[in-house]
Amino acid sequence: MKTISLSLVSALALSATFMATPSLANPKAEVLHYWTSGGEAAAVKSLQEAFAARGGEWVDAPVAGGGGDAQAAVLRARVLAGDPPAAVQIKGPNIQEWAEAGALADLSSVASAQNWDAVLPAAIQDIVKYEGNYVAVPVNVHRVDWIWANPEVLAKVGATVPTTWDEFNATADKLLAAGIIPLAHGGQPWQDATVFETVVLGIGGVDFYRKALVDLDMDALGSDTMVKVFDQMRKMRGYVDPDFPGRDWNLATAMVMRGEAAMQIMGDWAKGEFAAAGKVPGKDYICASTPSENGYLLNSDSFAMFEVSGEDNKQGQALLAELILGTEFQETFNLLKGSIPARTDVPRGKFDDCAIKSMDDMVSAAEGGTLLGSMAHEIAQSGAVRGAFIDVATAHFNSDMSSEEAVSKLVDAIKLAQ
Amino acid sequence: MTRPPLKLTDRIARALPQIVVAPSFAAILFFVYGFIIWTGYISLTKSKMLPNYNLIGFRPYERLFQMDRWSVALENLFVFGFLFIFAAIVIGCLLAILLDQKIRAEGFIRTIYLYPMAISFIITGTAWKWIMNPSLGLETVVRGWGWESFSFGWTNSETMAVYALVMAAVWQSAGFVMALFLSALRSVDQDIIKAASLDGASPWRIYIRIILPSMRPVFMSAVVILAHLAIKSFDLVVALTGGGPGYASTLPANFMYEMTFRRNEIGVGAASAMVMLATVAAIMVPYLYSELRGKKHV
Repeated sequence: MKTISLSLVSALALSATFMATPSLANPKAEVLHYWTSGGEAAAVKSLQEAFAARGGEWVDAPVAGGGGDAQAAVLRARVLAGDPPAAVQIKGPNIQEWAEAGALADLSSVASAQNWDAVLPAAIQDIVKYEGNYVAVPVNVHRVDWIWANPEVLAKVGATVPTTWDEFNATADKLLAAGIIPLAHGGQPWQDATVFETVVLGIGGVDFYRKALVDLDMDALGSDTMVKVFDQMRKMRGYVDPDFPGRDWNLATAMVMRGEAAMQIMGDWAKGEFAAAGKVPGKDYICASTPSENGYLLNSDSFAMFEVSGEDNKQGQALLAELILGTEFQETFNLLKGSIPARTDVPRGKFDDCAIKSMDDMVSAAEGGTLLGSMAHEIAQSGAVRGAFIDVATAHFNSDMSSEEAVSKLVDAIKLAQ
Repeated sequence: MTRPPLKLTDRIARALPQIVVAPSFAAILFFVYGFIIWTGYISLTKSKMLPNYNLIGFRPYERLFQMDRWSVALENLFVFGFLFIFAAIVIGCLLAILLDQKIRAEGFIRTIYLYPMAISFIITGTAWKWIMNPSLGLETVVRGWGWESFSFGWTNSETMAVYALVMAAVWQSAGFVMALFLSALRSVDQDIIKAASLDGASPWRIYIRIILPSMRPVFMSAVVILAHLAIKSFDLVVALTGGGPGYASTLPANFMYEMTFRRNEIGVGAASAMVMLATVAAIMVPYLYSELRGKKHV
C-alpha cells in the first residue's frame, strides 16, 4: 500500500514537471518508454534522430527498470491526471484495455495513407487494432519458440538440433549420460512459462495451443493433452542443472556459448548475446525453431498512441506513427534490437540468417494460420490470466507436483483470473 | 474569574506547537490514513488496470483467498516473521550480554556487528544469494575443503528458501538489536545488581531475574521495529530469491506488487494490502495497548 501511494505521488510530481513545458507550433511528441539500456537505447536514439530530421520535437520520458512495471505506474498516473504522453511503449492486450478505457487515439488516417493493412500480417493487426481502427504501431516481432544450440556440444554425442520432442528427449538423455547439461535454463517464472508454452505448442499442436492458451477453453485446459504437456515439463526439469533457480536468461545463454550446456529455449533476444560475444550463426551457434507443426509464437513490442490535445501534439503523434512503421526505422531498429520488422516488405540484405529464417517462417505461418501470440510474453493473454498460467507452470516446474494435480490447478487458476 | 486579554504574540506563542506540527499532521493524515481509506475502498471494487469506483462487495477478498500464491505468501509471512523476530532478538540479546562483560576492543567489535544495518536489504540479498549459490558460494568452498556431502542450496530449495530469507534478515538486523539491548544493559541500576550479588545471586540468576525484566521497554521497541521490518520485507525477497523457486518464497508485499503493478489486478492488490494491514494491527495493537497501559500504572 505504501508502494501504491509512493509511486502515485512520484508519478504526479513527474507529470507536473512535464506540464510546465511551453507549447510550440512544431510537431511534438512525448514518448514514454523503458528502452534504456544497450542496443535498445541506441534503437530509440535512431528514432529520435529521424523524428528530429522531419522537424519534430521529441520529449524523451524514459522510465527505467522492472521490465515496464515502473513505466506502467507512471502511465496510469499520467492518464488519471488527464495528461497522457503521446506515445507509450505498451503491448498485447494492454493496448486493448487502454483502448477500452477510451484513452487511445485513432490512427486510421495515417494507416490508410501509409497502407498499413497491406504490409502487416493479420495476427499483428489484431494486436494493434481496436474495433477495426489502428490505435498502436508495432515496432518489431520477436519469435519466442527458438532453440539456441551449441553445435560442437551436440556433436559430442553425435546429435543435431532435435526436430521432434521425442528426439529432444533422446538427445537430452544422451547428453546427460555424457555429463553435459542438456538445457540451459533460468528458473524465473517467466522463463519457466516460456518453456511451457513452447511445449504446449509442440506436444498439443497449433489448434490445442489456440484453444487452451488463447481461447481459454476449459475442456482443453483440463484435457489429457495438457497432462502430457506437464509430463514433458517434468522431463525438462530433469534436463536442467541444479543451480538454475533465479538465474537470468542471459547467463543461461552464456552457458550455451561456453559449451557448458547444449541448448536453450528462449526468444530471439538471446541472439543479441551471441552477437555481442562475436559469435556467428550457423557456425558457433544454431538457431532452430522448437519442435512444432510450423507454429510461430510471436512477441511484438509496440507504441500505443494516446489521445492528446493541441495541434502540435497531434501532428507530432501522426509523424511518429508514420516513422515507426516506416521501412527505414523498422530496418535500423530491428538490426540493433535483434528482432525482425513487423512489416513484411523491409529489405532483408542486412539481416542475419536467423532473422531471415524468422521472416520466412512468419510469412508462411501467417499464410497457414499458425502464427500465434505468445502467452508468456503477454500477447495472447493480459496480466491476470498470464499470471495464472505462469503461477501454475512455475509451481509445477519447481516442485514435485504431479501432472494431474497441475492440470486441475491450472483450470482453477484460470477460472479465478478471468 | 475573568482572564486578562492575551496579547497577540502570546497567543501565537501558545499556538506555536500546534502550528508547527500541523503541516506534518495534515500530510500524515492525508498520505497515510487517507490512502489507507482509499485502498480499503478500492479493495471492494472491481478495479483492474485503472481504479474503478463501483463497489462490488467482498469479491476481491474471496478471489484473494482462493489464490494459491496468496496462501503461500501469507504462510511465508508467519514463518518468516516469527523466526526473524525471535532469532534476531535472541541473537541480539546474547551478543549484547557477551559484549557487556567488559571485554577488550568492545567498540571495535560493536561496530562490526552493527555494520550490516548500514547496508540496504538489496545488497544483503545479493551478497547472500552468492553465498548460498551452490556452485559459487559456501557449498563449493566447503566441498573443496573435503566435506563432499555438504549441502547448502537453501535458495534453490522450495522448502528451504524462506529460511534463507530469515538467515539473511537476521544477519542484517541482529547487530541493531544488540545495540538496543547494550544501551539498555548499561542503564540498569548497578546498585541493584551489586545488592543482588551480595545476597549471593549467581550472574545467570541476576540476568534472568533482574536485568532482562528491567529491559521490557527495549523488548517492546525491538519487537515493534522488527515486526514492521518483517511485514514490509520486499527488497530482500526480490534480491535474494526473486520469490522463487516458483513462488515458494514470496511474501505478501511481493504479492501486492505483482498483482497491482504487473497483473492489472488493482482490486485484489488492494485487498491483499488491507489483509496485511489487518495482520499488523492484530499483532501490534494488543501488544502496544498492554505495554503502554502497563506503563501508566507503574
